[in-house]
Amino acid sequence: MAAYTFRRILQFFPTVFFISLIMFGLLNVLPGDATLMAGGSKHHLDEKTAQMLKKQLGLDRPLYVRYASYMKNLLKGDLGRSFLRNESVNSLVAQRIGPTLYLSTAAMVIAVGLGIPLGFLSALKQGSFLDTLSMLGAVSGVSVPQFWLGLILMYLFSLVLGWFPSQGYGDGHLMHLILPAFTLGVGYMALLARTTRAAVVEVLTQDYIRTARSKGLSVLIVNFTHVFRNTMVLILTTAGLQFGSLIGQTVIVEKLFSWPGIGSLLVDSIFQRDIPVTQGCVLIIIGIFLLVNLVVDLLYGVIDPRIELS
Amino acid sequence: MNQKFKKLKQNPNLVIGGTITFIFIVMAVWAPALSPYHPVDDADLMVSELPPSITYPFGTDEQGRDILTRVIYGSRISLSVGLVSQAMNTIIGIILGLTAGFFGKWWDDIVMGLTNIMLSIPSMIFALAVMAVMGPGLMNIFLALGLTNWAFTCRITRSQVLSTRSLDYVKAANALGYSRTRIMFTQILPNILGPILVVATLGMAGAILMEASLSFLGLGTQPPTPSWGGMLASAREQMFTTPWISIFPGMAIFFAVLGLNLFGDGLRDILDPHLTRKAK
Amino acid sequence: MSDELLTVKDLKVHFPVKKGIFSRIKGYVYAVDGFSIALNKGETLGVVGESGCGKTTAGMAILNLIQPTDGVIRFESKDITHLSSMSRAKQLDIRKKMQIIFQDPYSSLNPRMSLNQIIGVPMKIHGICPKNEIKDRIALILEKVGLSPDHGKRYPHEFSGGQRQRIGIARALCLNPRLIIGDEPVSALDVSIQAQIINLLLDLQDEFNLSYIVIAHDLAVVEHIADRIVVMYLGKIIETAPYKDIYTNPQHPYTQALLSSIPIPDPRAKRTHAILQGDVPSPRNPPSGCAFHPRCPDAKDICSQVSPELRQISPHHLAACHLV
Ligand SMILES: Nc1ncnc2c1ncn2[C@@H]1O[C@H](COP(=O)(O)OP(=O)(O)O)[C@@H](O)[C@H]1O
Ligand code: SF4
Ligand SMILES: [Mg+2]
Repeated sequence: MAAYTFRRILQFFPTVFFISLIMFGLLNVLPGDATLMAGGSKHHLDEKTAQMLKKQLGLDRPLYVRYASYMKNLLKGDLGRSFLRNESVNSLVAQRIGPTLYLSTAAMVIAVGLGIPLGFLSALKQGSFLDTLSMLGAVSGVSVPQFWLGLILMYLFSLVLGWFPSQGYGDGHLMHLILPAFTLGVGYMALLARTTRAAVVEVLTQDYIRTARSKGLSVLIVNFTHVFRNTMVLILTTAGLQFGSLIGQTVIVEKLFSWPGIGSLLVDSIFQRDIPVTQGCVLIIIGIFLLVNLVVDLLYGVIDPRIELS
Repeated sequence: MNQKFKKLKQNPNLVIGGTITFIFIVMAVWAPALSPYHPVDDADLMVSELPPSITYPFGTDEQGRDILTRVIYGSRISLSVGLVSQAMNTIIGIILGLTAGFFGKWWDDIVMGLTNIMLSIPSMIFALAVMAVMGPGLMNIFLALGLTNWAFTCRITRSQVLSTRSLDYVKAANALGYSRTRIMFTQILPNILGPILVVATLGMAGAILMEASLSFLGLGTQPPTPSWGGMLASAREQMFTTPWISIFPGMAIFFAVLGLNLFGDGLRDILDPHLTRKAK
Repeated sequence: MSDELLTVKDLKVHFPVKKGIFSRIKGYVYAVDGFSIALNKGETLGVVGESGCGKTTAGMAILNLIQPTDGVIRFESKDITHLSSMSRAKQLDIRKKMQIIFQDPYSSLNPRMSLNQIIGVPMKIHGICPKNEIKDRIALILEKVGLSPDHGKRYPHEFSGGQRQRIGIARALCLNPRLIIGDEPVSALDVSIQAQIINLLLDLQDEFNLSYIVIAHDLAVVEHIADRIVVMYLGKIIETAPYKDIYTNPQHPYTQALLSSIPIPDPRAKRTHAILQGDVPSPRNPPSGCAFHPRCPDAKDICSQVSPELRQISPHHLAACHLV
């Protein structure tokens, strides 16, 4: 276990390194004149201003020098400075990370709290009305475009019913949180419900469980911890991997609900062509995803100590 | 024949998903014949923002264009995005996965390293970053979605190659003097297409959803192209006043994605009898 | 001497066992550990031993489907130990002459190829005959193995296990080989069909002057087909003799035990030996001394300390046991 933890953590760093390399390459090497982007508009700058801007932003240096200084700063935990605002990316991100974590955690809680029990129930009552209905809901949940779902929820619960506000952070007030969190959580919840059902069905068809079931449900309850443990491993795997899509979707949900998180900062920075901010947001979001997966991987060992870690 | 019909009946996912997908394909192919108006040219401010009626079954948008027409034409964009980008992903994934699994050694290490890195970048974020650099437009959508989602195909191809290539018939092919390339394309690839097809179907659904999201953010296809996501781009403000403008394109996205997802699930059930048996 | 087709000298195949963070080699599976045989043209060699003794691995190594760790393989007086480093033309020339039949009639046939392809494609690769004659040759081979030429368009799933094994034999025959290795070719079949397939193999041997290496996990199958028998235990040969001697005068306790486990009473064998108890130990940590000693009814003190050499008992009979 210790060796596994060690190796897993060891893997974390090259991954982060390569991702930062890919993202730096993507945002700095590919077509698109950085100066033009830094100008903050699509209009052409005159030659002089452009040169000045380049110098000021350090974009006149060769690429490898820029990469070296970027990496040096990154290692110190410095994401650079915004082209547009007189602020460091660190402080911009710091202002925005709270709302994003708040929103995605709430979405996770909703998804886990509803999705896993629903999946369990469906599996235990295979073929029942509840099963059919919830699996229909689940496949719909993974198919529905979230921004559209959000719009409809807004229409229903803000305009028609007037229960929740439709926009904004509202200083983190719970009423403001519910619609965006639900919108964000639906797809993830659907996925978890499907995975959970499949995992539980898989375990339930194992011979010894079948025997237990045929002897009456009480034996099954005795075996509950076992079923639970086995399915949790499968569920966790999906949960970890699919967390990426959840964190990706925050971009859309934040934009839709005018939520002041990293996602909307990212989209704004793309339109403002503020590369350091774009780069910083992308790295932070991926970093969160990687961390969640690291934790999930390490959780395996806790859930089932017998599991072969390789 | 009878037996095949029975099998289909046992697999409603495949039937329903296939039907929905088929309807969208028909819509895309015969859009001009099926649409009452022209998606771009028939703009008439005199009839803007009309609610659904007999002349405009889905209503009209802020420029007075028929929404039904635009929804029908939108299927062309969505399906082509799904098809083209997923075709790119599948080809890249197969080539990398096949060679990694087959040749192994350092090449395998490189490919799998890259695959794991790709998997640890949320695809939405990756696509956003690519679109940020390349700018909006349909071509760029093809590229952004077609170059960033091959990791699943690659991984599943590789694992299938590894389990297939130790089978006796592959050893026999070796003993018979088949070249490596021939083994790859006649012995291994045809036998692992099933799972790849499942991933591709589900990937198409994902790509359609992704294009809609990017267009919704203003980073995808640009007006006046009739794309479902693009039609929703200005929807937030309009939802409260003229909801039909956003409801119908959204439903189109939902059903197109649902159809492909169901179809993919159904395919998986067929191709993996082990799982199907368990599900019963 | 000119009759000699295949010689294998001291063949070894050790699979590395990797473990740990940096995939360090933590030991070896000694799957084949000193395997020497000689096979003449038209002859059949039976290789017998319990499951896990390294028979398949030895066969694969002879065919160069597994890279041997050590040893020499000579085929038609050519050293083919490192076939994969030879030119493609030379490889093809050797490959053409040695073929294999597998145990499992299901996993041994590519489900996506029709019989015409399974048998025809190798002919094209090797240019066995002019293109326009391929069809006739496929039909001929199908007939030889007891299938109908009309079957050519069908796919493997349309056939029964026994028929599939015939397809496997047809595939092995299609290049007109000199040597065919049958890796438990009838173990997976019904007893009634086993005899048919063995008879087919015997007929084909006569007709095409084939040499066989037939692998089996008991002595019953090879009895009817082998001229000479090699008994393997944990990667090593522990006894080899003309088939008559093995059945009438087995020397090694392991061979004796194998014989007494043949279900049908054999009037020629003395039934005095205990049936084998327990399992074959792991070839990763073979027992010290004589690898058979933990299961041997006759084991003495020396057996766990000194490994017995393969010794000559009579001109063609060798055994590795301290007691003989
Ligand atoms: N590719 C491999 N890697 C590691 N061990 C192997 C491999 N192939 C076979 N072995 C091991 O070598 C031993 C001999 O196997 P095999 O040749 O298949 O025996 P047999 O055919 O006599 O049953 C077994 O213990 C098996 O587990
Ligand atoms: S050497 Fe000893 S242990 Fe080995 S077979 Fe002979 S008697 Fe048995
Ligand atoms: Mg074997």
